[in-house]
Amino acid sequence: MKEVKKYIFPFVFLILIGLSYLFDFAAGEKISLNFWMFFKEMILFLPLMFILIGLFDVWVPREKIEKHIGKESGWRGTGLVILLATLQAGPLYGAFPFAYLLWKKGCSIRNVFIYLGAFSTIKIPMLTFEIGFLGLKFSLLRYSHHFTHFYFDRIYS
Amino acid sequence: MELLSIFTGLCIIVSLIVNRQKTWGGIKKGAVMFLKLLPTLILMLALVSVVLFLLPEKTLVKYMGEESGIAGWVIAALFGSVALIPGFIAYPLCGILIKSGVTYSIIAVFITTLMMTGFLTLPLEAKFFGWRVSVIRNLVSLAAALLIGLIMGFFL
Repeated sequence: MKEVKKYIFPFVFLILIGLSYLFDFAAGEKISLNFWMFFKEMILFLPLMFILIGLFDVWVPREKIEKHIGKESGWRGTGLVILLATLQAGPLYGAFPFAYLLWKKGCSIRNVFIYLGAFSTIKIPMLTFEIGFLGLKFSLLRYSHHFTHFYFDRIYS
Repeated sequence: MELLSIFTGLCIIVSLIVNRQKTWGGIKKGAVMFLKLLPTLILMLALVSVVLFLLPEKTLVKYMGEESGIAGWVIAALFGSVALIPGFIAYPLCGILIKSGVTYSIIAVFITTLMMTGFLTLPLEAKFFGWRVSVIRNLVSLAAALLIGLIMGFFL
């Protein structure tokens, strides 16, 4: 029953979209276009992401995670999570499950936060876009800011 | 996207060669996680598309433009926190905003909150990390975004 309940809202949303098309309701059509754009991105990207997470879960033992990015891992561990995060692509909500898995497997909570922070802000694949539209100076300033931010995170948490 | 598909494919193949049972276990685990999350995700995307409809580009330029002052900051931070726009759309949008007279520091606040804080994704985040941790993370990110806006204001 609980499983069914979770689908009530998405179902209502779909019905509303259907109705707006039926009655030529412009707002509804615009919203559904937005929705479709996001949905397409998600439905292509997330299943792959979750397969990788599942594989990661069965292959990488807890001790390894604890040793490299756990509580006692120090600066090297922090550097490692930042590197891991910057090389990935995709929206932030794709990073939550992976960060959660790292956490469950013994990554220190500080490193989990730094991972999420780095994932959302300093992704290398997005850098080209940023420089293109906002200029190199903007990007450099932003990157240096985030690195200092991580540095203080590391020291004070 | 293609890169990710190829990478996933390679991982599956290598994993299958080494240990078939473990591989299926892993894929199954991932699939179950995904299906459990799907309703929450759809809910979130629906909310985002409604917000994006209510606040189109023109409105943004109007409220974050040159003479907006402090209000521009607040709106940039608020909108950035609520919206969820993928990078390849967000950066061109920021390019347009800059050209239409929005200052760099406001853009910095906007883009940083856009990327780091997500109030609409909070339910999803809380599912993994709990409400307390998620709210703290979002608030800290918001503070960082405002700080970077200030710094940008000094340098650009």
